[in-house]
Amino acid sequence: MADGVKPRVKAPKKAAAGEVVTIKCLISHKMESGQRKDSDGNKIPRSIINRFTCDFNGASVIDVAMEAAISTNPYFQFEATVPEAGEFKFTWYDDDGSVYEDTKKVAIG
Amino acid sequence: MKIKAVTAIAAALIATSAFADEDAELVINGEIEIVTKTAAPAHLSDAMDEILSGWRFRSEGTQAMQMDDFDNPGMSAVDAAAEAWDTVEGSEGKSCASCHGAAEDSMAGVRAVYPKWNDAAEEVRTLAMQINDCRENKMGADKYGYTSGDMAAMEALITLQSRGMPVNVAIDGPVQATWEAGKELYYTRTGQLDLSCANCHEDNYGNMIRADHLSQGQINGFPVYRLKNTKLNTVHDRFKGCVRDTRAETFKPGGAEFIALELYVASRGNGLSVEGP
Repeated sequence: MADGVKPRVKAPKKAAAGEVVTIKCLISHKMESGQRKDSDGNKIPRSIINRFTCDFNGASVIDVAMEAAISTNPYFQFEATVPEAGEFKFTWYDDDGSVYEDTKKVAIG
Repeated sequence: MKIKAVTAIAAALIATSAFADEDAELVINGEIEIVTKTAAPAHLSDAMDEILSGWRFRSEGTQAMQMDDFDNPGMSAVDAAAEAWDTVEGSEGKSCASCHGAAEDSMAGVRAVYPKWNDAAEEVRTLAMQINDCRENKMGADKYGYTSGDMAAMEALITLQSRGMPVNVAIDGPVQATWEAGKELYYTRTGQLDLSCANCHEDNYGNMIRADHLSQGQINGFPVYRLKNTKLNTVHDRFKGCVRDTRAETFKPGGAEFIALELYVASRGNGLSVEGP
């Protein structure tokens, strides 16, 4: 696992059935592109988050393939429809095989 | 005269397009009300009537970033520092939390009164000096670099606990000599450009210096995240940058000159809310 990786998600705790809510997701990650060289001229190996997904009660909301040109601490903001009470599940996949997860429950009301 | 009028119109146009509503108020997370404009402290009464936080000089987009902690990029450093707070380091087997408990409780109000006099050491201490004193003498750990990322993050964590409280640094008693030295420095011109702090931040705040919108140079929002270098910046880093921009040899961050200047500049913001990061 890369150092200092911490996922953060901001989602409403409550929504009306069928309401479109805004979700913000940020993960602190250095997103090393693989293009840079260290002071000795050796390539620094690529280490990025290559995929980000969000599911709601098992149904896919968003599935993002990420490439090397994405900046450090990638931040996603998107809208999702909440049909029923349930749980958003957010997953980030790291190049080194690590998987970071976060969940947010949403109640109807 | 004609040229001057044209310039004034141009300035007014820029002001409406690039800068935010002058009456906007800073409320963070919809709950923490921040004082960004208030009457100047008594010692400044000859120079200005009103003191303004740097937030008021930023564009709407930048202002919005500070209004929500999720959008505030400085907060990831706060997260990192919160981990460091609980991490045992050094020969004494202690973390910050071993003595101070939860930062939320023990550090509330701390930022607002720093820099301040330390009786035991008989010196004016900045927050960074206090952090390093703790690390070196209480924890037996290595000191942080004065303007390092670790230091900026730890300052940010501590500053956050005072957010919304009025800056209230003492300027009399044992700190008075240092405060006077800082004031002297503030009004001393330096560098090939022959500029003092006051030339820009007291005489010309609100004006443009080429592409930069001059603020009053208040430090109530430090350590501050700068989009320019995408990291938290400490006060002394910023002082150094400003002195360098006058094309002078700068003082050393953590040195006596900048400590005095920090105390003086902080006192110019007495009454504004602590804002950082």
